[in-house]
Amino acid sequence: MGKKRKCALQVIMEDAGIEIDGQVESDTESEEDKAKKTPKKRTPRETRRTSRLERKKQDKYKEEEESKEEDICSQQNGTSKRKNYQRENKDGKKAGGGSRQRDKKAPTKDQKESENKEKKTSKNGKEGENKEGTDRKNSTSSDSSGEESLSEEELAMLMEQVEQKKKLISTMRNKPWRMVKKLSVLREAQAFVEKFEGALGKGKGKKLYAYKMMMAKKWVKFKRDFDNFKTQCIPWEMKIKEVESHFGSSVASYFIFLRWMYGVNLVLFGLIFGLVIIPEVLMGMPYGSMPRKTVPRAEQATAMDFSVLWDFEGYIKYSALFYGYYNNQRTIGWLKYRLPMAYFMVGISVFGYSLMVVIRSMARNANESTADGDDHNFIFSWKMFTSWDYLIGNPETADNKFASITTSFKESIVDEQESNKDENIHLRRFLRVLANLLIICCLCGSGYLIYFVVKRSQTFSKMQNVGWYERNEVEIVMSLLGMFCPPLFETIAALENYHPRIGLKWQLGRIFALFLGNLYTFLLALMDDVNEKLAEEDVVKNITHWTLLGHHNSSLRNGSAATPPPLDPADVPRGPCWETTVGIEFVRLTVSDILVTYITILVGDFIRACFVRFVNYCWCWDLEAGFPSYAEFDISGNVLGLVFNQGMIWMGSFYAPGLVGINVLRLLTSMYFQCWAVMSSNVPHARVFKASKSNNFYMGLLLLILFLSLLPVAYTIMSLPPSFDCGPFSGKKRMYEVIQETIELDFPLFVAKIFSYVANPGLIIPAILLMVLAIYYLNAVAEAYQRANTELKKKMQMQREEEKNKRNNKASTSPVLQDMEDLLTPSPKRETHPKQAEDKNMEPPGRTSPGGKQGKPAALNGSPRTGGRGAALSPPPPQRFVTQPPMLGVRAPYPGQLRPWRQPLGTVPGRGRGQPWYSQAAPYAPR
Amino acid sequence: QDCTFFTRKEILRLHGRYYEMAPNVVPMDYTRDPDVKLPMQLIINMPELKENPFKERIVLSFSEDGEGSLSFNDFVDMFSVLSEMAPRELKAIYAFKIYDFNTDNFICKSDLEQTLNKLTREELTEEEITLVCEKVIEEADMDGDGKLGFADFENMISKAPDFLSTFHIRI
Repeated sequence: MGKKRKCALQVIMEDAGIEIDGQVESDTESEEDKAKKTPKKRTPRETRRTSRLERKKQDKYKEEEESKEEDICSQQNGTSKRKNYQRENKDGKKAGGGSRQRDKKAPTKDQKESENKEKKTSKNGKEGENKEGTDRKNSTSSDSSGEESLSEEELAMLMEQVEQKKKLISTMRNKPWRMVKKLSVLREAQAFVEKFEGALGKGKGKKLYAYKMMMAKKWVKFKRDFDNFKTQCIPWEMKIKEVESHFGSSVASYFIFLRWMYGVNLVLFGLIFGLVIIPEVLMGMPYGSMPRKTVPRAEQATAMDFSVLWDFEGYIKYSALFYGYYNNQRTIGWLKYRLPMAYFMVGISVFGYSLMVVIRSMARNANESTADGDDHNFIFSWKMFTSWDYLIGNPETADNKFASITTSFKESIVDEQESNKDENIHLRRFLRVLANLLIICCLCGSGYLIYFVVKRSQTFSKMQNVGWYERNEVEIVMSLLGMFCPPLFETIAALENYHPRIGLKWQLGRIFALFLGNLYTFLLALMDDVNEKLAEEDVVKNITHWTLLGHHNSSLRNGSAATPPPLDPADVPRGPCWETTVGIEFVRLTVSDILVTYITILVGDFIRACFVRFVNYCWCWDLEAGFPSYAEFDISGNVLGLVFNQGMIWMGSFYAPGLVGINVLRLLTSMYFQCWAVMSSNVPHARVFKASKSNNFYMGLLLLILFLSLLPVAYTIMSLPPSFDCGPFSGKKRMYEVIQETIELDFPLFVAKIFSYVANPGLIIPAILLMVLAIYYLNAVAEAYQRANTELKKKMQMQREEEKNKRNNKASTSPVLQDMEDLLTPSPKRETHPKQAEDKNMEPPGRTSPGGKQGKPAALNGSPRTGGRGAALSPPPPQRFVTQPPMLGVRAPYPGQLRPWRQPLGTVPGRGRGQPWYSQAAPYAPR
Repeated sequence: QDCTFFTRKEILRLHGRYYEMAPNVVPMDYTRDPDVKLPMQLIINMPELKENPFKERIVLSFSEDGEGSLSFNDFVDMFSVLSEMAPRELKAIYAFKIYDFNTDNFICKSDLEQTLNKLTREELTEEEITLVCEKVIEEADMDGDGKLGFADFENMISKAPDFLSTFHIRI
């Protein structure tokens, strides 16, 4: 019998252990406190005494709370120790229990009774709350030693209650009560939990149980600390928050995007740096050991000049930053590191990783945006209630926010009015077509200009003694185009008269097209260049061959016995190495882009801001409000710049592994620089620009750019022959041959066979077909879901309309009935003050309560002061009082209203939802 | 701590802020549970609230005596509700209280007009204001009684995408 009971207890206890593990979170503050205050070791007896004492003066305040929380811990320790003590007693056949044991016998009964009471109360459900207080008093007077005599059922009941209390503690913060009430209820609950938690662990596993509890608490504390640590580790969080609080969330979104970019680039940098550059530098042949790693004789005199270095010629050109430096040795160093293979794989994985990251974050964003749901039902309401950003704490920002809210209201008013009328659609269409034509002309013109400039630069590059301008013409022209075209587009877009939001998208799309066109013209011109170089290479190859041969021959002729003096690597004639040229081109472009961006910020924002601020005192018109004013932070332009820069990095990183490093530096500096510039010299946007929605738009642009930058790289890898005398793939016909080589030489034969099978077109084409089919299927499924979604939305709308109509009809027929319905629909303000509850206790339900009477005149008077009093009396918003009293008389004749507090008669589907705390609060609602 | 969304450190910091506003009134220790309240005038001059057009309403909704004086409890309560971690439902309840200017537990037209005027600094014309108010009521009023009850308000606000991001104060 005893054994059996023990087993059952153990099971229960284990249950409790597990459940409690999940629930302890709310108690962890006690852990923190405990950690701060050095935990004193108390004997069990002391603990009990102090806890009792402390329970008496529980009504006190905050410091008290802390000490109490500490007390919880000590109490727990105490209980566990006590249990041990008891078990020893038990083992000693209870005979040797001594006086202590006898002392406890009297209260045992008491305890049991109280437990029984509690059992009843919990059966009675809601009535539990008040009685529990008394119960607890009983049980506190009796010491909690009578656990042995509890049956399993009672234990289970107790456990349930403890759980309930714990839940209450953890959800306490979600309740709209006054703090005072919260505190008092919290104390009650905590006391209850701390009291009876100990009672649950019994029998054999006591120690284990206590240990479990301890570990759970430790674990939770650790988790919390770790979370804190994690949030502290997020870089620039404070900076971004600061910007956010001044400029609203849209500007902050740019910085978050920048930070995200920085993270991605850091990973790319790690990949390239760790797997390509470091091994080459450490284990590859040193500088000057072979032609490709040496500056040619002709350039050596100027190779260290700053002007040369600035153009990424000279020593930089022949460094590990660029493709040409790498050797085509199959394995390097004692690790037998396969550098060419690694170079190739890293080049591919850079794209692979970027694609994965972009798509993943896009998917996440899409999830979030669909979760938000863009319902167009509440345009005005949302504007009214959610447009003010409570974060704003800066007068200027506040002014701007006021202005923008006003304009947005006006906009939507205009929209509202315009949705009805439709004037002169032909003129508008004509204007729009015209605008698009103009913009296409602009795009073509800029494309041609770039092509022309790049061509010209090729002729310049053949000439000697060209000036600074000629050398940097391409970059300058591209930057200028990037600077002046967007405003031009904006003026043209004014013709179109689009809605601002749509207009913004168009604008973004056009700038994107401009940049893209420029980039691709640049690429095409570069490709011409590359082809020329390839032709040149063939010639040089022969020359090199002949030179080497000639050298060899001459040395042979001179002295056959002596070994020929090796030809100095600097003297070997070499090919143009088109890969390095491309890499240099990209690096130059990136650097000039960085410079232009920074100078624009410095001049366009900072100097302007200084000028406006200080010259304003002695100027004929108001500079701050008038023409120059302060610069706005151009979010879209900045984001686009970032996106294009990233595209350039992706394209160039294959030819210039060091480019990613430069980019990391750039992002890092621009984070600080732009943060500073924004805070010091910009004013927030006048136009509302929603960050949350356009986020995926940016990501989409990024994906597009990624794909487009993948194309040229893939083309060069697959179909251009690599240079014969530089780079890791020299000597091969195509770059990808490095894979075949590795498979053939390093893997067993069957792998090569499998690979050849897999690479068979007969297998690839079906695979592609399969993928296409899968995409088609998934697309169809998604469409079906979407349709179902819209259908549901429509239904909801219909229902709403119906409801409205019904209501309106009712309102016209019988106001009384409508009042009834108002009464019946659940209002979330179920919570009433305990006082109120007591009042209700005395009177049968369905009668006017004094509180109600009191509330009614207050509402009638409409004086906020008395209303506020009512609110003060009842911690929740006093809605109950006001809505209820008039109906109280009517209520009686209707059945089912005897318990109007309890059951929502869910008449309106939209009403009952969104009140999850209602059910939690139910047990404590008045009866 | 269980009552709020703050950690112990944050509460202490809050108390620091509270203490700063009136160093001569606010005691540093609460062992004897003193009953200290700060008047609204002090609270709304906090930089976090200063620019807020609804600052009086915020303070009033959280004050226990209905006159705008905040005890430290109320003060913590206020920032707890306005913190990032507070759930949407809780925020909705208090938002409703804030926008309910005449505390009749309905947002009626006069409330809307006041809200609008505070939001736009009375730069809209009469017609525009009435138009907007009508639109709001038409959109959000589900039971057709010409004013917004809490259920209407919550239904509307629960779908608003920006509510959570805008209805919080960082302190």
